[in-house]
Amino acid sequence: MKKVYPDARAALAGLLKDDMVIMAGGFGLCGIPETLIQAIRDSGVKGLTVVSNNAGIDGVGLGLLLDTKQIRKMISSYVGENKTFAQQYLAGELEIEFNPQGTLAERIRAGGAGIPAFFTRTGAGTSIAEGKEEREFNGERYVMERGLVADLSIVHAWMGDSEGNLVYRKTARNFNPMMATAGKVTVAEVEHLVQPGDLNPDHIITPGVYVKRIVHVPNAEKHIEQRTVRKRDKAAAPAGTGEEV
Amino acid sequence: MPWTREQMAERAAQELRDGFYVNLGIGIPTLVSNYIPAGMSVQLQSENGMLGFGPFPYEGEEDPDLINAGKQTITEIPTTSFFSSADSFAMIRGGHIDLSILGAMQVAENGDLANWMIPGKMVKGMGGAMDLVAGVKKVVVVMEHSAKNEPKLLKQCTLPLTGAGVVDMVITDLGVFTIDKKGKGGMTLIELAPGVPLEEIRAKTEAAYKVDGRLN
Repeated sequence: MKKVYPDARAALAGLLKDDMVIMAGGFGLCGIPETLIQAIRDSGVKGLTVVSNNAGIDGVGLGLLLDTKQIRKMISSYVGENKTFAQQYLAGELEIEFNPQGTLAERIRAGGAGIPAFFTRTGAGTSIAEGKEEREFNGERYVMERGLVADLSIVHAWMGDSEGNLVYRKTARNFNPMMATAGKVTVAEVEHLVQPGDLNPDHIITPGVYVKRIVHVPNAEKHIEQRTVRKRDKAAAPAGTGEEV
Repeated sequence: MPWTREQMAERAAQELRDGFYVNLGIGIPTLVSNYIPAGMSVQLQSENGMLGFGPFPYEGEEDPDLINAGKQTITEIPTTSFFSSADSFAMIRGGHIDLSILGAMQVAENGDLANWMIPGKMVKGMGGAMDLVAGVKKVVVVMEHSAKNEPKLLKQCTLPLTGAGVVDMVITDLGVFTIDKKGKGGMTLIELAPGVPLEEIRAKTEAAYKVDGRLN
């Protein structure tokens, strides 16, 4: 079976339909499957429910699908960077389901692992727990959260082989590995496409069983949301310091 | 004299211990990394999926694949490891992170915390805050004592909660409080910023609190 497709449009052919649920990897603009998102925009599919930690920014990432009003509902943990999002939400055109970030990550992991629900302390005693089953374990309250699956998952990886084995780079890993497991069909875009045997099997994060289709995106544009740097003349700077530019 | 933002961060840094794994929120908490005592090993966790990070990169060396939870470009250090966001929150929820320092809109005397939404305003989302306060061993809030003359240390939070009974310590520009979030010990004022009188704290605090004997 051939998993490699010539371009993003071909890799998504036959998979897109209105009102479907799509998981899109990435944190902020880091590790987002931007080429596949562009192909979804070009397809015109609409009424989408999109599971993604963030909603891109205006004109970039999932912001592309907001601009064209192809998204009906977002399941996210933070959407603060997108003005179009706020406008459409306030106009009642867009639905949002906020999940705590760790709960969102675990719901996706659970969904991909065949676990329909789990209990977490996160959100106990808050509005997030409303309408959800709660149980006490060892004297503490826990909230039941459901596993999440999607009709389609789109992920971005640094390297992939033609079998669909994937390796991610630095913090661009984020939500991509879990989402790769939780889609009925998972399509991966990879910056470097290699042959089986080229990847060290010990380094593979997503085994090929989860990935149905692959597209090579050697020229994928990467975006920086908050460019923060330090001056060269400062000798030893502590962690997390410098200035925003 | 009330503490400045830097002095509040410096005070928060006194809660660090050698070997700690620590998650710092955005704002004043980020400044705490400036005050890690020399020779102390503290690894900073970034909840998108990184443990052990360094300062911002030199200009021209920014890497779009290397960002912190505030989406800022950051650098690796020799102790760095990368992992998925699910592994990151397993680390947080599983109680493996020693200390979380974060900001707040309101804290109640029982340790309830509100910092994610104001009803009627556009809600941006809670990000990882609910998971951090529910899972990290010790939760320290750093915030201004009052907002536009409204107290932020309350008997009960009026804003939607981020976590119920989760805060261990509050550092404001006026002083430091501990909260016995599991027991019935309530809130205790344990330190005053230099020259701040007890009366000022009393006037600006709605929450009930005891005053540590050393301060009277």
